[in-house]
Amino acid sequence: MRDLFATHSRRSFLRDCAAGIGTLALADILQAEGRTAADDPLAPKKPHFPPKAKNVIFLFQEGAPSQMDLFDPKPALKKWNGHPLPPSMTKDLKLAFIKPTAAVLASPREFKPYGQCGMELSDVIPFTAECADDLCLIRSMYSEAFNHHPGQLYLFTGHMIGGRPSMGAWVTYGLGSESRNLPAFVAMQSGSGTSAGSDNWSNGFLPSIYDGTVLRSSGDPILYLSNPDGITNESQRARLDVLRELNQTRLEKTGDQEIASRMHAYELAYRMQTAGPELADLSKETPATLDMYGIKDAKTKSYGTNLLLARRLVERGVRFVLVMQSGWDHHSEINKGLPKLCGQTDKPTAALLKDLKQRGLLDETLVVWGGEIGRTPMSEMRRPEEADNAGRDHHPNGFSLWMAGGGVKGGQVIGKTDELGLTITEDKVELHDLQATILHLLGLDHTRLTYRHLGRDFRLTDVGGQVIPRIMA
Amino acid sequence: MFLSLIPIAMLFAASADRTVDFDRDVRPIFQARCYGCHGPQLQTRGFRLDDGAAAMAGGNSGPAIVSGHADKSKLILRVSGAPGIGTMPPMGKRLTAEEVATLRAWIDQGAKWPQTEETTTAKPRSTHWAFQPVSKPALPDVKNRAWIRNPIDNFILARLEKQKIATSPEADKRTLLRRVSLDLTGLPPTPEETSAFVNDPRADAYERQVDRLLASPHFGEKWARHWLDQARYADSDGYEKDWFRPWAWRWRQWVIDAINHDMPFDEFTIEQIAGDLLPDATVEQKVATGFHRNTLTNREGGVDDAQFKFEDTLDRANTVGTVWLGLSVGCAQCHNHKYDPIPQKDTYQLFAFFDNVEEVNIDAPLPGETGAWMRTRAEYEAKRQALLEEYNVPELQAAWEKDLLFTIANPGKRTDWDLAWDCVLKLTEGGDGGKIVQTPPEKRTQRDQDILTDHFVRNYHFAVGQKKYNELKFKELDQKLTALKEQYPQLSQAMVIEESPKPHPTFLRVRGDYKTPGIEVHPDTLSVLPPLGVQGRAANRLDLARWLVRRDNPLTSRVTVNRLWQEIFGQGIAKSSDDFGTRGEKPSHPELLDWLASEFMDRGWSRKEMIRLMVTSATYRQSSDARPELKDIDPDNRLLARQSRLRLPAELIRDSALEASGLLDPEIGGKSVRPPQPAGVLELGYAGRSGARWVESAGPERYRRGLYVEYLRTTPYPQLANFDAPKASMTTCTRERSNSPLQALNLLNDPVFLEAAQALAVQTVSEPGDFGSRLQRAYERVVARDPDAKEKAKLEAYYTKQQRLLADDLTAQQKLAPYEPPGATRLETAAWTGVASVLLNLDEFITRE
Repeated sequence: MRDLFATHSRRSFLRDCAAGIGTLALADILQAEGRTAADDPLAPKKPHFPPKAKNVIFLFQEGAPSQMDLFDPKPALKKWNGHPLPPSMTKDLKLAFIKPTAAVLASPREFKPYGQCGMELSDVIPFTAECADDLCLIRSMYSEAFNHHPGQLYLFTGHMIGGRPSMGAWVTYGLGSESRNLPAFVAMQSGSGTSAGSDNWSNGFLPSIYDGTVLRSSGDPILYLSNPDGITNESQRARLDVLRELNQTRLEKTGDQEIASRMHAYELAYRMQTAGPELADLSKETPATLDMYGIKDAKTKSYGTNLLLARRLVERGVRFVLVMQSGWDHHSEINKGLPKLCGQTDKPTAALLKDLKQRGLLDETLVVWGGEIGRTPMSEMRRPEEADNAGRDHHPNGFSLWMAGGGVKGGQVIGKTDELGLTITEDKVELHDLQATILHLLGLDHTRLTYRHLGRDFRLTDVGGQVIPRIMA
Repeated sequence: MFLSLIPIAMLFAASADRTVDFDRDVRPIFQARCYGCHGPQLQTRGFRLDDGAAAMAGGNSGPAIVSGHADKSKLILRVSGAPGIGTMPPMGKRLTAEEVATLRAWIDQGAKWPQTEETTTAKPRSTHWAFQPVSKPALPDVKNRAWIRNPIDNFILARLEKQKIATSPEADKRTLLRRVSLDLTGLPPTPEETSAFVNDPRADAYERQVDRLLASPHFGEKWARHWLDQARYADSDGYEKDWFRPWAWRWRQWVIDAINHDMPFDEFTIEQIAGDLLPDATVEQKVATGFHRNTLTNREGGVDDAQFKFEDTLDRANTVGTVWLGLSVGCAQCHNHKYDPIPQKDTYQLFAFFDNVEEVNIDAPLPGETGAWMRTRAEYEAKRQALLEEYNVPELQAAWEKDLLFTIANPGKRTDWDLAWDCVLKLTEGGDGGKIVQTPPEKRTQRDQDILTDHFVRNYHFAVGQKKYNELKFKELDQKLTALKEQYPQLSQAMVIEESPKPHPTFLRVRGDYKTPGIEVHPDTLSVLPPLGVQGRAANRLDLARWLVRRDNPLTSRVTVNRLWQEIFGQGIAKSSDDFGTRGEKPSHPELLDWLASEFMDRGWSRKEMIRLMVTSATYRQSSDARPELKDIDPDNRLLARQSRLRLPAELIRDSALEASGLLDPEIGGKSVRPPQPAGVLELGYAGRSGARWVESAGPERYRRGLYVEYLRTTPYPQLANFDAPKASMTTCTRERSNSPLQALNLLNDPVFLEAAQALAVQTVSEPGDFGSRLQRAYERVVARDPDAKEKAKLEAYYTKQQRLLADDLTAQQKLAPYEPPGATRLETAAWTGVASVLLNLDEFITRE
């Protein structure tokens, strides 16, 4: 029986790790462990075809950001401001809270062209606007859902009803992970919890190794990462050493290779105990970097920290990073709430793009920014006597989302909505198309990435999805 | 369209004077161009053109041929490529103008279908194994008869002998007892139980242990969990606010009781599918229907209730399909099943059984609750009424109700009142708010009235704004009402279903889209299976329930014994235990599966009898050690020349740690509990927004079995999620057994497991003896065996090292040994906590060998 963690090689290996966690090539690590990829369900797998991107950072803007205040200028709304639209225009609208007779709310935002490409963007996202030439802005996103939780399920699992694996789980199932010391799929939260909660990073019916691991902003960065009170690192190591020896004895007795896998998992856990805090420790980042992400500013600190961590995660080979920012559900007070939230998120967003670029990571990292649905051009007034507090209702037909980096053709706008933003007039992009395209950029054919469950071969794109070639460089 | 119109018109004129002959002119077109999808083999969208009656009846979206009116016939619109409607055939060449003209003429001339046409609309037949009647095969003969303990072994051994593979020796007694204890009750044996068994020389000592374990009330807990997986049980709504379901456990309790009493599986089926429809249904029979209340609920504002009603109904039909029939009925939601003989219509016939189901909550008191409740009711009601009056609720609520009724009739006048009405529909707790509001107060039950009043007090601000609401101090009132309720005895409630008094017709949904009704369908079962046989009246859920467990149903018994087998042997005889369709894996031992299925029915559908049979077989009693020589011949142990080592399910890992350390609270049943969980887990769900926090259960409740841990769907308890507990959104028949670093961190560092290690350490040092005898005792508790010399030496070295590391660290000593038991020092206890923690992390500890 081979000893997978013969003390000598393990010790020297751990020393190597401590010297350069995240920089070790995976093949070397596997070799040091005496393992092959076949033993490990998270070992990197060959994609279906050569990929354009290796990793994904999904900047999920939870609650439905208002496209006509951010990305899709609608000057024609000014003409209708305060007045209801004629029934002929609203008869097919599906709305959550308001009625079709609700008055139109023009956007107070100023739009102007940015970058070489002249992409028109709103004045509330000046930092993101500087990156216009890197963005592929889609103004014609479409979802079948028109509420948050079903919408989030649709965006991340391809189906409005719960229980299926999320995008990050599918991607790690398809590609495995380059990281041995950190989870393959990491989720982070800014603001309060999202409607779909763990459904957004769930493994669904896939094995739990594909579940997203939450990188927490307080307490242990990863749940149960630190030693219990009273157990020092030395005693933790001693605990693991004797555990390994005892498991080895059992392996020899029973011959069950699952024990070898478990021993491996304990070593990974131990390494994670070092790699986790190392990841979360931003002290080695330059002041300029911290500044760029807005980490010193209370306003941008939460989101900025998560975005810097996202960069550090992909640097360390983590396959899929989901950053969730809640708070975009502006049913009321949109003209106060939206600029405020942009103030918290815009600067870090641009910082991430620039930082990835300057480190040469943007080419291999796909960045996606978007919410689950969009908002109505009509106003929502929860109390009619408080007109200043108007917001916007849900609108899944023609919302905006952008992509950048790995394999994406920047500086272009895809799709159009009508002059009031009620319907899509050109190049409708359904969520399944977006999912198919994301998988395609990663070298995966969305129709071939399947998992048999309850007698059916499920896939992220359910029964739909078409890759959108125009998105790609 | 433009292209096709003119020539058709011309050709039509040309052929109109000629009488079209069906056999000569029309059938060849159908045969050549349509039968591929609408013929004897396949009836896409429920439409078939090889049979006169079926063709005239039309497909899932209604008639396609209107006799005498070609221009009103969808068939013509389709084949002529009319805009806005898919052209037929969808692929390949279009019909020629002449062919279209012939079909037009045939329809205009009355669409005569000759009587001689041979009808082939017989039920679809299938040669697929799972659809054939269950037979009882004769027991195969074997050479090594001495090995046989019961008929199961005949089937297993015959196959092994055929392949010239030897069986494995019987596992040693300790392994065997630990195995069967975990399999039957989910708890490891105590040292006393192990020693009693080891020292019992009687020939039937093992069978006696099996009897003891089958009679244990923990049996019901272990086997309920497996059923809960299939029923997608959870303690919360599942969507957005993911509200806690305070009474979900009442159905779980029913399951535990039913399994403990070995309720025959046919009865178990009937009560859960249609207990409410049984003559003079008892409360418990109604509680059983809670099976169907495990569907998810979406209370998001503005959600389309029709959509979620549709999804719930479909989920109920699909779940019945998978759980009882092992068929992916849901695959035919949008179209005919791609692989199995399940037309789309069949799915909606099954759907129709549940289409008029209403969700209600009922009082379902447990023994002992009613007396106290009755005695205090009047006093409680009086106090409640006084409180309501103090805050002027009766008057305000009456006005609110009046305004709501106006809003219902006049939507869009005031957004705030529209919202208030939506909230009545979505946010009423424990009842159907919309229905109650629209029932005149004098016709409401007291219970309904209270439900509406509670909603009013809690949600009045949606109607009148927060400012007014604050002035009324309704939040304070709400708290007082809750406090008052908690002071008085309550009756347990149950979430159940019942049949709507005003049933509506059911329609197939074209392409599975709830907004697009197709043809009307009636409750019926799958056409490939034996007919329901209900004549002269509409079939209902009770008919379905009884049909599921009818002797001629080829699936229920097979599917069910296969899942019992899966729990006992780690995988089913048919491995894809959720798919008995044509794409599922064929059974490894089909005759054994049939024998077990018929035996199950012969033995009155007794689960305990079947489980007894399985665990007393020689097959089961084999050692689980690997057989290197079989690695290539039988890598997945399908032939069962040995037992399998299986990682324990999530809940059983918790249970084992609590049991081995003496912490377990063995109470059976009752409400869900909250063991310690780190801050920030619940907060990642939407519930965290409204300030919901995980409040740890006080007292012994925090040491209850994993089965009782509150499972919130959007923020599941981490230890359960880490070890592959199902997500409970859809039915789960087979759990994954993954192996991850997060599992290791969980067992190493979770305070729950550290506490178990501390308790195990205290137990260990409280007994006299040296390190060796104490270790022996601890090993017995944890893995039901003695450590060998090598293990002892390693752990002793570790123990000594721990003592050395901890000697000068008093803080660490206190953390690891918060309690200093008599007869041991704190240092010893702390070092033993380390040893105990190692034991609780052993692969062997979380594995059934």
